[in-house]
Amino acid sequence: MHELSIADAILEAVRKEAERRPGARVIKVGVRIGELAGVDPEALSFGFEALVRGTELEPLALHIESRPRRQRCPQCDSTFDVINDRLACPACGTSETVFVGGDELELAYLEVEE
Amino acid sequence: MTTRVPLEKKVLSENDRIAAGLRARFHEHQVFCLNLISSPGAGKTSLLERTLERFGAREHVAVLTGDIQTDNDARRLARFGFPVKQITTGGTCHLDARMVERALADWPLEPLDLLLIENVGNLVCPSSYDLGEAAKVVVLSVAEGDDKPLKYPAIFFKAALLVVNKLDLLPYVSFDLARAREHARRVHPGMAILEVSCTTGEGLEAWVRWLEERREAAKAGSA
Repeated sequence: MHELSIADAILEAVRKEAERRPGARVIKVGVRIGELAGVDPEALSFGFEALVRGTELEPLALHIESRPRRQRCPQCDSTFDVINDRLACPACGTSETVFVGGDELELAYLEVEE
Repeated sequence: MTTRVPLEKKVLSENDRIAAGLRARFHEHQVFCLNLISSPGAGKTSLLERTLERFGAREHVAVLTGDIQTDNDARRLARFGFPVKQITTGGTCHLDARMVERALADWPLEPLDLLLIENVGNLVCPSSYDLGEAAKVVVLSVAEGDDKPLKYPAIFFKAALLVVNKLDLLPYVSFDLARAREHARRVHPGMAILEVSCTTGEGLEAWVRWLEERREAAKAGSA
């Protein structure tokens, strides 16, 4: 359960941003989590809520955008979302495609009230 | 008024920053570093024991071994005469770059050319933390399910090598080797896979060869 450490890292980033914006109040933080990031969104939400409760940041919402694995086909150059672990290109059938995304663990945005 | 402020940075950017520093130091001193990851009991420590006993006294190898509690693994590994340090995380389910940095603080890197890091037994959490290693190695034992690569895709995707351990137990378990290979390569096409038994020694020569080849390649790359 490393989601608690990840929630903590998110809150640290939120606090840093909040310090840079005196008078503003952060109401939401958006993160992007790829299916290959090894992070469970539910556990992350749970840990996040637990860490926010009773702090100056409350109420603070967490928005998790889940990202599928994405591959690119070197033959027809199309990029596609991987469904059911099928890595072959759905457009032209080429079996060897290249990983382009899906391991994100990123802070995407903050919503602040000013 | 509500404004949306784009951030666009990694959640673990602090860990990544420290890991990048470690990687630069490993590169500078030509230390080839591997991060071994598996579920508890898959045989990381046994694999390290069998590896260390194959290295002669001329080799410059060191081991960091992570556990939540006890220094049992460090004691098991120290009898081969190489420097070994235990990182006890005290509850944390993975090693992070800061723990490695701290453990290496009083260890000179110059005399080393191979650093083996044994992560905390866990197939999930360690996959998120870069330790500055040249490659991650995932160990899977045949006493586990052959669908583990599909259940825990992150680590099988990120590891350069899969070591399937406990081959000697195959007759007693329902583990299907071909299916495990297929599952691993579904997540990670072209993944290198080695099959070993730390009990009988089967396959260990290939593992040591892989290690040597990667180490030489890393050296050549940084020369």
